[in-house]
Amino acid sequence: MTDNILIIGATSAIAGATARAYAQRGARLFLVGRDAQRLGILADDLRVLGAADVVTFACDLTDFERHPELVAKAREGLGRIDVALIAHGILGDQRAEEADFDKARENLTVNALSPISLLTRLTPVMREQGSGTLAAIASVAGDRGRQSNFVYGAAKGALAIYLQGLRNRLYPDGVHVLTIKPGFVDTPMTRDFPKGPLWVGPEVIARGIVRAVERRRNVVYLPWFWRPIMAIIKAIPEPIFKRLKL
Amino acid sequence: MPMTDYTSWGRVHRSRQIVCPPRWRHEPLPPCDAPSRLPWGRGRSYGDCCLNDGGALLPTTALDHFIAFDAKQGILRAEAGVTLDAILRLIVPRGWFLPVTPGTRFATLGGAIANDVHGKNHHADGTFGRHVTRLELLRSDGSRRECSPQENADWFAATVGGLGLTGLVTWAEIRLRRIASSEMAQQQLRFANLDEYLSIAAESDAEWTYTVAWVDCLSSGSKLGRGVLFRGRHAESGPVEIPEAPRRLAVPVDLPFSLVNGASLRLFNALYYRGHPTRTRSQRMPFLPFFYPLDGIANWNRLYGRRGLYQFQCVIPQGQEAAMHEILARIARSGQGSMLAVLKRFGDRPSPAMLSFPRSGLTLALDFANRGELTRRLLGELEAVTVQAGGTLYPAKDALMRPETFQQGYPRWQEFSAFRDPAFSSSLWRRVTGESA
Repeated sequence: MTDNILIIGATSAIAGATARAYAQRGARLFLVGRDAQRLGILADDLRVLGAADVVTFACDLTDFERHPELVAKAREGLGRIDVALIAHGILGDQRAEEADFDKARENLTVNALSPISLLTRLTPVMREQGSGTLAAIASVAGDRGRQSNFVYGAAKGALAIYLQGLRNRLYPDGVHVLTIKPGFVDTPMTRDFPKGPLWVGPEVIARGIVRAVERRRNVVYLPWFWRPIMAIIKAIPEPIFKRLKL
Repeated sequence: MPMTDYTSWGRVHRSRQIVCPPRWRHEPLPPCDAPSRLPWGRGRSYGDCCLNDGGALLPTTALDHFIAFDAKQGILRAEAGVTLDAILRLIVPRGWFLPVTPGTRFATLGGAIANDVHGKNHHADGTFGRHVTRLELLRSDGSRRECSPQENADWFAATVGGLGLTGLVTWAEIRLRRIASSEMAQQQLRFANLDEYLSIAAESDAEWTYTVAWVDCLSSGSKLGRGVLFRGRHAESGPVEIPEAPRRLAVPVDLPFSLVNGASLRLFNALYYRGHPTRTRSQRMPFLPFFYPLDGIANWNRLYGRRGLYQFQCVIPQGQEAAMHEILARIARSGQGSMLAVLKRFGDRPSPAMLSFPRSGLTLALDFANRGELTRRLLGELEAVTVQAGGTLYPAKDALMRPETFQQGYPRWQEFSAFRDPAFSSSLWRRVTGESA
């Protein structure tokens, strides 16, 4: 059986690598991103790698008005949606966002409201199918608020809570919801960070995503070692945590 | 933008440069506050041709998309940062192979073009550049040119073998080789000295697609240049698959000293030579160990310790075999050298490139653990013998050659200069031309 995969935010490094992993298995793909030319480059690559079919749709994902059209086109292009991966996001600039609410709002709009709007539009489609997986990329940053990135963390945390509730809601319908929490990933988004041994390439995350979808995991940390790391970070008592410079 | 330490494969040079990675092939070059730029693939060249000290590197890691693959005609178009490994994974299961491959599959398509690389089939098929049908060149002024042997042929000739200096190659198209099986039919023959090598190499080249010889760089006297010749061709039947690569060994850290030294070398070479029977031995093997034995060990360059290694690769024109005797004798006398010394006859298929290294004659390539002045002095001597014989050195391997050596060995370098992008340069280019960044 050919998988039908919808990838939203397809031009991000993690989404691109995931699309390749699916293309190599002969999947049919519907790619959504802002830049039509970039989507075209990805589509050609995925066809060469073995995708059965690739359709692209260019739109600004903060243009909420276009979300119904996006979902309708994806449904039309794929027939049925086996997996919908929501992968778009921005890192933002914590200091600037603290000082300027407009910037914080932009972060929350891209990282939380836009995925939630898309999930809202996708839910009835999946329900009607009675199967499929809704997957979205949250972050380890959403597990606990830290002084260094709590606007991004709040947005990703909100998304994670939403996904948790949605998983609970859709369980009786046979629709699965996967929360993906990557740690440090070496992508253009994190280009200027000094890299240490905890950093991995987007292909590693992509393999983890494909496996997690297959195994119907609920929440995955990628790579796995972030689960114990975050367990420790979450366990630090607040009176101590607030003094730390994490 | 952070200054980053990038090293080349030999790890002798430490250079500082900023990094300005291009993201998408249709977009302009990223802005870059540096005196000059240089495309960077995976840093598999040994010396300083992939470094740009004090300038900027443009890593092509993100330019790794395939564009089109015609599996009937065997024509592949891909972005310059695609590795040969990724290409093999795509094409081998569909019955195609690289037209020419260097000894590592972790080099990029762009790097293979920029260095006009050669392989064990040079005598039959020439350099990589002969199989490039088209490429796009993006210049720092924002202009783009499609170049082929017919269209913008002068730009094509400058860019193939152009050491990354004519601009950024965004994509290229190559013609592939049809294979019936992913396995290789291989034979191994021992030879007692250089003269014996020359006669069996000539005879092997006539009948085999791939030939290469390992040479014991420490043997001397009547055994000077003894070794083992490997000749192979793609098997005519059998599986077509990417063999499951055995779990890669890795050298995880820099060793504080080199494991490659006189004692280990002498022992290895004697055992290796005697490990091969005097009569011809035939076998079938997967293509990975045939073409890429060293790729099985990640970061093998670390075996040479913190100080790194120099690689020496020369070509000695046909008729000057005495010079190869002289080179081997000097290496044997020095006691330096390495396990992996490789001898090959280049054929006379012309390359389209202005600055191509391979030319009809004998080529020798080997590593030297960096022992400072001692090693540099020896390499200087070998360079002098090479130049005396009318030969030259390979920029992709070189870290030391004198400007005169380059300028004599690559007589079209001034013509080439006119095609160099004024905003592109490299540590090697400045070293061999004396130009500033």
